Amino acid sequence: MKEKIDRLRKMVNVLQVVEKHPDLYFITLEGNQLVMALGYLKNTLNFKHLAFMQAVDYLEDNKFMLTYMVYNYELKANLGVNVFIDREESSMFSIHRLWEHAWQYQRELYEMFGIDFPGSPRVDEPFIMESWEEMPPMRRDFDTLAYSQKTYFPRPGRETNDPKEQMKKAKYPNYPDSPKIRRDDE
Amino acid sequence: MNKISESKYKDFVADRSKYPEMENGKPVIDLDSHKFTKIWQGPQHPGVTGNMSVEIIVNGDEIVDAKTHVGYLHRGFEKLMERRRYIQCFPIVCRICVPEPDTNEYCVSAAMEDLAGIVIPDKAAWLRTLNLEMSRVAGFLMWLGGQAGSLGMGAIGQWTVAMRDYWLDLFEEMTGGRIYHMYMIPGGVRKNLPLGFKERVLQTVDRTYKLLDDIERVFLNNAIAKSRLKGLGIITPEMVSEYGIVGPTARASGIADDIRINQPYLKYAELEMKMLTSNIGDAYDRTELRFQELLQSLDLVKQILNKIPENGEIQAKLPNVLHWKIPAGQTYIKAESTRGEHGFYMVSDGSKYPRRVFARGASYTHAISVLEKLAVNITISDLAALMVSLHTCPPEIER
Repeated sequence: MKEKIDRLRKMVNVLQVVEKHPDLYFITLEGNQLVMALGYLKNTLNFKHLAFMQAVDYLEDNKFMLTYMVYNYELKANLGVNVFIDREESSMFSIHRLWEHAWQYQRELYEMFGIDFPGSPRVDEPFIMESWEEMPPMRRDFDTLAYSQKTYFPRPGRETNDPKEQMKKAKYPNYPDSPKIRRDDE
Repeated sequence: MNKISESKYKDFVADRSKYPEMENGKPVIDLDSHKFTKIWQGPQHPGVTGNMSVEIIVNGDEIVDAKTHVGYLHRGFEKLMERRRYIQCFPIVCRICVPEPDTNEYCVSAAMEDLAGIVIPDKAAWLRTLNLEMSRVAGFLMWLGGQAGSLGMGAIGQWTVAMRDYWLDLFEEMTGGRIYHMYMIPGGVRKNLPLGFKERVLQTVDRTYKLLDDIERVFLNNAIAKSRLKGLGIITPEMVSEYGIVGPTARASGIADDIRINQPYLKYAELEMKMLTSNIGDAYDRTELRFQELLQSLDLVKQILNKIPENGEIQAKLPNVLHWKIPAGQTYIKAESTRGEHGFYMVSDGSKYPRRVFARGASYTHAISVLEKLAVNITISDLAALMVSLHTCPPEIER
């Protein structure tokens, strides 16, 4: 794996390498070199399987961390590629030409985090949340409590009746009240 | 001499006015032309694997375009976990896949242990392996009934679901829960095996072998099943990495990738098993391969039962889990579920709450990219069989 990362270093600027396990490494790259690096990883270094791509919200740093997890069938090892992008104008190059299923993840990230991938097919099509009008819900500043209070409370409930009175009125209108039993302590 | 040319049909000219016009090898879909019908298969449909729907456009009974819609089951697990302490995530994660919840439990516990640097005791690792392999058996039984049911053989579904119930009884005895077990927690497992459990598992294994013997005869050797599944939804080896296909679906196309063998976790390295692959890649091949894997899982359960140590700790020492802070870092833990690579990507920022937990559902791409591609040019009646043969599971798609 180290040899593969060294070969990658000749192509792009690798900012950080973390060895989590012998078969799981994480590297950090610059955002504008990502597509080139992933293309090189896939086509030359044989990291052919894209397991997933996801985002992590670092609200306090005003950044998103994107993680692309690729897998090499021969090495039997995973490599996580991290890039940091700006949170305000969150946009990233699309990799739908590298993997046929990448558009699915990009559509999900667009909906859940508001990260745009210009050119990605069906990226603005709703994935899970049709007619969602709030901010993207997986962003950390999305206030779930305020949203649920605004959307679900106070919800007018059903008309309720006192069960005892209701039974008397609806079922037994002619039935006399039972005599009150006087107890010794009263 | 050919009789047809003499017959009254010799001047027959087919009426092709109802056929779609083709452009660059693809039909031009214009719903106003009255040549097409749009049908929603699902979310409530017996042939759909859970709460998802496929919007199909048909010409006659042939599908010309398909689009998957999910979102009927979205419960926001990943968002919920960001606001919960690590230990509070456990009642949530098992609900990500109903037929096979243990893979989720294992991945999340292992991810937390990995980030916190906890090593689990030997016996706990064996018990986890047993639990995972039993859940694979239960998951495969559920799938087998669905695959037969999608071809109209409802009785087989009833047999396998009844047999799965015996396995659920074992789960109840082992963990206390039938569907959701919450058995694996960080540091190990919650309970030791009950007395006489091994014998009861072996009885159920024998019973399952008998049932599978019947099913092999009436389903896998059935002429109708063969003729309908053979040639349906062929996945080429090139498609596997392009579409992120994993598990038995990939192995049926000749890609030898099983996490239990290639990157063994828990005690799989100590078990005897061989990589099962096939090379045709159609729905029948996938069905047969999964059937073989079910038999293999039963064999593994027997092996594990013979190797579990009698005594030993089942839980490593943990800090107070209500105030547990896990050091900052990120990790990706994966396991082989019945559908393939099921993984959890967990990022910790050093606080009491996970920064991000992402569940990589094994059938995430199977149900969308792959299904949308393979559904074109098949008939409506085969769509359910195709969907089940890709082993799609909606809750892990929308999490």
